[in-house]
Amino acid sequence: MTEIGLGHYLTLGAVIFSIGIIGIFLNRKNIIVILMSIELILLAVNINLVAFSIYLGDLAGQVFTLFILTVAAAEAAIGLAIIVVYFRNSGTIRVEEIDKLKG
Amino acid sequence: MIAHSIFFYTFSLIAIVSAIMVTASKNTVHSVFFLILDFISISCLFIMIGAEFLGMIMLIVYVGAVAVLFLFVVMMLNVAQQKNQWFAGQATSKHIPIGLIISTLIFVEIIIVIGGWKFKPEIFDINNSVVQTNISNTHSLGQILYTDYIHVFQISGMILLVAMVGAIVLTFRQRSGVKRQSYIKQISRERAEGVEVLNVQSNKGVKIDD
Repeated sequence: MTEIGLGHYLTLGAVIFSIGIIGIFLNRKNIIVILMSIELILLAVNINLVAFSIYLGDLAGQVFTLFILTVAAAEAAIGLAIIVVYFRNSGTIRVEEIDKLKG
Repeated sequence: MIAHSIFFYTFSLIAIVSAIMVTASKNTVHSVFFLILDFISISCLFIMIGAEFLGMIMLIVYVGAVAVLFLFVVMMLNVAQQKNQWFAGQATSKHIPIGLIISTLIFVEIIIVIGGWKFKPEIFDINNSVVQTNISNTHSLGQILYTDYIHVFQISGMILLVAMVGAIVLTFRQRSGVKRQSYIKQISRERAEGVEVLNVQSNKGVKIDD
Protein backbone atom coordinates (compact mmCIF):
# COMPACT_ATOMS: atom_id res chain seq x y z
CA MET A 1 0.00 0.00 0.00
CA THR A 2 2.80 2.38 0.80
CA GLU A 3 4.84 1.34 -2.23
CA ILE A 4 3.58 3.46 -5.11
CA GLY A 5 3.85 1.51 -8.33
CA LEU A 6 2.61 1.65 -11.85
CA GLY A 7 -0.81 0.34 -10.86
CA HIS A 8 -1.52 3.33 -8.65
CA TYR A 9 -0.97 5.77 -11.49
CA LEU A 10 -3.01 3.65 -13.89
CA THR A 11 -5.83 3.53 -11.36
CA LEU A 12 -5.72 7.30 -10.99
CA GLY A 13 -5.91 7.59 -14.78
CA ALA A 14 -8.88 5.23 -14.87
CA VAL A 15 -10.72 7.21 -12.19
CA ILE A 16 -10.21 10.53 -13.96
CA PHE A 17 -11.18 8.96 -17.32
CA SER A 18 -14.43 7.66 -15.81
CA ILE A 19 -15.18 11.02 -14.23
CA GLY A 20 -14.72 12.63 -17.63
CA ILE A 21 -17.15 10.18 -19.23
CA ILE A 22 -19.67 10.79 -16.44
CA GLY A 23 -19.29 14.51 -17.07
CA ILE A 24 -20.08 14.07 -20.76
CA PHE A 25 -23.15 11.94 -20.08
CA LEU A 26 -24.64 13.76 -17.14
CA ASN A 27 -24.07 17.32 -18.18
CA ARG A 28 -27.15 19.48 -18.34
CA LYS A 29 -25.71 22.95 -18.34
CA ASN A 30 -23.71 23.91 -21.38
CA ILE A 31 -21.31 22.57 -23.92
CA ILE A 32 -18.27 24.20 -22.34
CA VAL A 33 -18.41 21.71 -19.48
CA ILE A 34 -18.47 18.90 -22.06
CA LEU A 35 -15.28 20.33 -23.58
CA MET A 36 -13.76 20.41 -20.10
CA SER A 37 -14.69 16.76 -19.64
CA ILE A 38 -12.91 15.94 -22.89
CA GLU A 39 -9.85 17.72 -21.49
CA LEU A 40 -10.12 15.53 -18.37
CA ILE A 41 -10.18 12.40 -20.54
CA LEU A 42 -7.08 13.52 -22.43
CA LEU A 43 -5.43 14.27 -19.08
CA ALA A 44 -6.13 10.70 -17.94
CA VAL A 45 -4.53 9.37 -21.12
CA ASN A 46 -1.51 11.59 -20.43
CA ILE A 47 -1.22 10.18 -16.91
CA ASN A 48 -1.19 6.66 -18.32
CA LEU A 49 1.45 7.49 -20.93
CA VAL A 50 3.76 9.24 -18.48
CA ALA A 51 3.43 6.48 -15.89
CA PHE A 52 4.28 3.81 -18.45
CA SER A 53 7.15 5.92 -19.72
CA ILE A 54 8.66 6.32 -16.29
CA TYR A 55 8.18 2.78 -15.07
CA LEU A 56 9.28 1.11 -18.33
CA GLY A 57 12.21 3.45 -18.79
CA ASP A 58 11.22 4.47 -22.30
CA LEU A 59 11.00 8.11 -23.30
CA ALA A 60 8.57 7.56 -26.17
CA GLY A 61 5.58 7.89 -23.84
CA GLN A 62 6.62 11.39 -22.79
CA VAL A 63 7.12 12.41 -26.42
CA PHE A 64 3.63 11.19 -27.25
CA THR A 65 2.28 13.08 -24.24
CA LEU A 66 3.79 16.23 -25.72
CA PHE A 67 1.95 15.63 -28.99
CA ILE A 68 -1.30 14.87 -27.16
CA LEU A 69 -0.90 18.19 -25.33
CA THR A 70 -0.53 19.93 -28.70
CA VAL A 71 -3.58 18.28 -30.21
CA ALA A 72 -5.63 18.92 -27.06
CA ALA A 73 -4.78 22.62 -27.13
CA ALA A 74 -5.72 22.87 -30.82
CA GLU A 75 -8.95 20.97 -30.20
CA ALA A 76 -9.90 23.22 -27.29
CA ALA A 77 -9.29 26.32 -29.40
CA ILE A 78 -11.38 25.04 -32.32
CA GLY A 79 -14.16 23.79 -30.03
CA LEU A 80 -14.40 27.09 -28.19
CA ALA A 81 -14.47 28.96 -31.52
CA ILE A 82 -17.35 26.77 -32.69
CA ILE A 83 -19.18 27.42 -29.42
CA VAL A 84 -18.70 31.17 -29.78
CA VAL A 85 -20.09 31.08 -33.34
CA TYR A 86 -23.04 28.93 -32.24
CA PHE A 87 -23.85 31.24 -29.35
CA ARG A 88 -23.70 34.22 -31.69
CA ASN A 89 -26.12 32.57 -34.11
CA SER A 90 -28.63 30.95 -31.79
CA GLY A 91 -28.21 32.69 -28.45
CA THR A 92 -27.88 29.58 -26.32
CA ILE A 93 -25.37 26.83 -25.65
CA ARG A 94 -27.49 24.81 -23.24
CA VAL A 95 -27.31 21.14 -24.06
CA GLU A 96 -31.03 20.40 -24.19
CA GLU A 97 -31.76 23.38 -26.41
CA ILE A 98 -29.24 22.42 -29.08
CA ASP A 99 -31.41 20.18 -31.20
CA LYS A 100 -31.21 21.68 -34.65
CA LEU A 101 -29.91 18.52 -36.24
CA LYS A 102 -32.96 16.62 -35.06
CA GLY A 103 -34.97 18.46 -37.67
CA MET B 1 9.40 6.09 0.04
CA ILE B 2 6.79 7.05 2.62
CA ALA B 3 6.98 10.67 1.49
CA HIS B 4 6.41 9.52 -2.08
CA SER B 5 3.22 7.74 -1.15
CA ILE B 6 2.00 10.60 1.03
CA PHE B 7 2.47 13.08 -1.80
CA PHE B 8 0.94 10.68 -4.33
CA TYR B 9 -2.21 10.19 -2.29
CA THR B 10 -2.51 13.91 -1.52
CA PHE B 11 -2.16 15.04 -5.12
CA SER B 12 -4.33 12.29 -6.55
CA LEU B 13 -7.05 12.95 -3.97
CA ILE B 14 -7.02 16.64 -4.89
CA ALA B 15 -7.08 15.72 -8.58
CA ILE B 16 -10.03 13.32 -8.24
CA VAL B 17 -12.08 15.66 -6.05
CA SER B 18 -11.50 18.58 -8.39
CA ALA B 19 -12.35 16.41 -11.41
CA ILE B 20 -15.65 15.54 -9.74
CA MET B 21 -16.22 19.22 -9.00
CA VAL B 22 -15.57 20.11 -12.65
CA THR B 23 -18.56 18.04 -13.70
CA ALA B 24 -20.74 18.67 -10.66
CA SER B 25 -20.46 22.37 -9.87
CA LYS B 26 -23.37 24.54 -10.91
CA ASN B 27 -21.37 27.58 -11.88
CA THR B 28 -19.31 27.19 -15.03
CA VAL B 29 -16.62 29.58 -13.79
CA HIS B 30 -16.15 27.34 -10.76
CA SER B 31 -15.78 24.39 -13.15
CA VAL B 32 -12.95 26.18 -14.94
CA PHE B 33 -11.22 26.92 -11.64
CA PHE B 34 -11.46 23.30 -10.59
CA LEU B 35 -10.08 22.28 -13.98
CA ILE B 36 -7.07 24.50 -13.31
CA LEU B 37 -6.64 22.88 -9.88
CA ASP B 38 -6.83 19.47 -11.49
CA PHE B 39 -4.13 20.28 -14.03
CA ILE B 40 -1.88 21.72 -11.34
CA SER B 41 -2.19 18.59 -9.18
CA ILE B 42 -1.48 16.28 -12.10
CA SER B 43 1.54 18.31 -13.13
CA CYS B 44 2.81 18.09 -9.53
CA LEU B 45 2.46 14.30 -9.88
CA PHE B 46 4.39 14.39 -13.14
CA ILE B 47 7.19 16.39 -11.57
CA MET B 48 7.20 14.01 -8.63
CA ILE B 49 7.71 10.85 -10.67
CA GLY B 50 10.46 12.36 -12.77
CA ALA B 51 8.85 13.89 -15.84
CA GLU B 52 9.73 17.47 -14.97
CA PHE B 53 9.59 18.88 -18.46
CA LEU B 54 6.08 17.57 -19.07
CA GLY B 55 4.87 18.84 -15.72
CA MET B 56 6.12 22.33 -16.49
CA ILE B 57 4.73 22.18 -20.03
CA MET B 58 1.34 21.15 -18.64
CA LEU B 59 1.44 24.12 -16.29
CA ILE B 60 2.31 26.48 -19.13
CA VAL B 61 0.02 25.07 -21.82
CA TYR B 62 -3.03 24.20 -19.75
CA VAL B 63 -3.07 26.63 -16.87
CA GLY B 64 -1.52 29.44 -18.86
CA ALA B 65 -3.35 29.06 -22.15
CA VAL B 66 -6.19 26.56 -22.33
CA ALA B 67 -7.81 27.25 -18.96
CA VAL B 68 -7.58 30.99 -19.49
CA LEU B 69 -9.15 30.48 -22.92
CA PHE B 70 -12.01 28.56 -21.29
CA LEU B 71 -12.42 31.26 -18.68
CA PHE B 72 -12.43 33.94 -21.36
CA VAL B 73 -15.12 32.19 -23.36
CA VAL B 74 -17.26 31.46 -20.31
CA MET B 75 -17.15 35.08 -19.22
CA MET B 76 -17.66 36.40 -22.77
CA LEU B 77 -20.72 34.27 -23.41
CA ASN B 78 -22.31 35.23 -20.07
CA VAL B 79 -23.46 31.73 -19.30
CA ALA B 80 -21.81 31.48 -15.92
CA GLN B 81 -24.92 32.32 -13.99
CA GLN B 82 -27.15 29.62 -15.38
CA LYS B 83 -28.29 28.22 -12.09
CA ASN B 84 -29.70 25.00 -13.42
CA GLN B 85 -29.89 21.93 -11.35
CA TRP B 86 -27.31 19.39 -12.22
CA PHE B 87 -29.87 16.83 -13.29
CA ALA B 88 -32.97 18.76 -14.22
CA GLY B 89 -35.26 18.59 -17.18
CA GLN B 90 -37.63 16.01 -18.52
CA ALA B 91 -35.21 13.97 -20.58
CA THR B 92 -32.80 13.39 -17.72
CA SER B 93 -34.50 10.37 -16.24
CA LYS B 94 -33.48 8.21 -19.19
CA HIS B 95 -29.89 9.08 -19.81
CA ILE B 96 -28.55 9.58 -16.29
CA PRO B 97 -28.74 5.91 -15.24
CA ILE B 98 -27.43 4.84 -18.63
CA GLY B 99 -24.52 7.26 -18.35
CA LEU B 100 -23.71 6.07 -14.85
CA ILE B 101 -23.87 2.43 -15.91
CA ILE B 102 -21.65 2.99 -18.95
CA SER B 103 -19.00 4.93 -17.08
CA THR B 104 -18.98 2.42 -14.22
CA LEU B 105 -18.56 -0.38 -16.75
CA ILE B 106 -15.66 1.43 -18.43
CA PHE B 107 -14.02 1.97 -15.04
CA VAL B 108 -14.45 -1.70 -14.07
CA GLU B 109 -13.04 -2.84 -17.40
CA ILE B 110 -9.96 -0.65 -17.07
CA ILE B 111 -9.41 -1.83 -13.49
CA ILE B 112 -9.68 -5.48 -14.61
CA VAL B 113 -7.11 -4.86 -17.31
CA ILE B 114 -4.76 -3.10 -14.88
CA GLY B 115 -5.12 -5.86 -12.31
CA GLY B 116 -4.13 -8.69 -14.60
CA TRP B 117 -1.44 -6.91 -16.54
CA LYS B 118 2.29 -7.64 -16.61
CA PHE B 119 5.00 -6.52 -18.99
CA LYS B 120 7.67 -8.78 -20.32
CA PRO B 121 11.13 -8.17 -18.87
CA GLU B 122 12.73 -8.38 -22.29
CA ILE B 123 10.74 -5.34 -23.43
CA PHE B 124 13.75 -3.24 -22.51
CA ASP B 125 15.73 -4.77 -25.32
CA ILE B 126 13.50 -3.63 -28.15
CA ASN B 127 13.25 0.06 -27.49
CA ASN B 128 15.81 2.58 -28.57
CA SER B 129 14.92 5.58 -26.43
CA VAL B 130 15.89 4.39 -22.98
CA VAL B 131 15.92 6.90 -20.17
CA GLN B 132 19.47 7.91 -19.40
CA THR B 133 20.07 8.78 -15.81
CA ASN B 134 23.14 10.96 -16.21
CA ILE B 135 21.40 13.74 -18.16
CA SER B 136 18.26 15.64 -17.25
CA ASN B 137 14.76 14.83 -18.41
CA THR B 138 14.52 17.88 -20.64
CA HIS B 139 17.89 17.12 -22.22
CA SER B 140 17.01 13.52 -23.05
CA LEU B 141 13.56 14.52 -24.37
CA GLY B 142 15.17 17.09 -26.63
CA GLN B 143 17.67 14.55 -27.88
CA ILE B 144 14.99 12.24 -29.21
CA LEU B 145 12.32 14.83 -29.99
CA TYR B 146 14.41 16.62 -32.62
CA THR B 147 15.96 13.49 -34.11
CA ASP B 148 13.68 10.47 -34.04
CA TYR B 149 10.38 12.35 -33.89
CA ILE B 150 11.19 15.33 -36.05
CA HIS B 151 8.48 14.63 -38.61
CA VAL B 152 5.80 14.23 -35.95
CA PHE B 153 7.07 17.43 -34.39
CA GLN B 154 6.69 19.32 -37.66
CA ILE B 155 3.22 17.86 -38.18
CA SER B 156 2.16 19.02 -34.72
CA GLY B 157 3.31 22.50 -35.65
CA MET B 158 1.15 22.30 -38.76
CA ILE B 159 -1.80 21.19 -36.60
CA LEU B 160 -1.36 24.23 -34.40
CA LEU B 161 -1.20 26.48 -37.47
CA VAL B 162 -4.39 24.97 -38.91
CA ALA B 163 -6.14 25.32 -35.55
CA MET B 164 -5.11 28.96 -35.30
CA VAL B 165 -6.29 29.79 -38.81
CA GLY B 166 -9.51 27.84 -38.25
CA ALA B 167 -10.33 29.60 -34.99
CA ILE B 168 -9.74 33.00 -36.56
CA VAL B 169 -11.83 32.18 -39.63
CA LEU B 170 -14.65 30.78 -37.51
CA THR B 171 -14.99 33.73 -35.19
CA PHE B 172 -14.26 36.47 -37.71
CA ARG B 173 -17.27 38.50 -38.78
CA GLN B 174 -17.61 41.37 -41.18
CA ARG B 175 -19.65 44.13 -39.61
CA SER B 176 -21.65 46.46 -41.80
CA GLY B 177 -21.47 50.18 -41.31
CA VAL B 178 -17.88 50.27 -40.11
CA LYS B 179 -15.63 52.70 -41.98
CA ARG B 180 -12.25 51.21 -42.62
CA GLN B 181 -9.09 52.62 -44.07
CA SER B 182 -8.29 51.13 -47.47
CA TYR B 183 -4.56 51.26 -48.00
CA ILE B 184 -4.66 49.99 -51.55
CA LYS B 185 -7.08 52.75 -52.54
CA GLN B 186 -4.94 55.33 -50.81
CA ILE B 187 -1.66 54.43 -52.36
CA SER B 188 -3.00 53.69 -55.82
CA ARG B 189 -4.34 57.18 -56.44
CA GLU B 190 -2.94 58.91 -59.45
CA ARG B 191 -2.27 62.60 -59.81
CA ALA B 192 -4.71 62.83 -62.69
CA GLU B 193 -7.73 61.77 -60.63
CA GLY B 194 -6.83 63.91 -57.63
CA VAL B 195 -5.80 67.24 -59.13
CA GLU B 196 -7.32 69.09 -62.02
CA VAL B 197 -5.93 72.29 -63.45
CA LEU B 198 -8.60 74.68 -64.61
CA ASN B 199 -8.39 77.84 -66.48
CA VAL B 200 -10.55 80.21 -64.43
CA GLN B 201 -12.12 83.01 -66.33
CA SER B 202 -12.65 86.27 -64.53
CA ASN B 203 -16.08 87.14 -63.18
CA LYS B 204 -17.36 83.64 -63.89
CA GLY B 205 -15.70 81.37 -61.37
CA VAL B 206 -15.55 77.63 -61.69
CA LYS B 207 -17.98 74.92 -60.74
CA ILE B 208 -16.08 72.28 -58.82
CA ASP B 209 -18.74 69.87 -57.58
CA ASP B 210 -20.24 68.32 -60.62
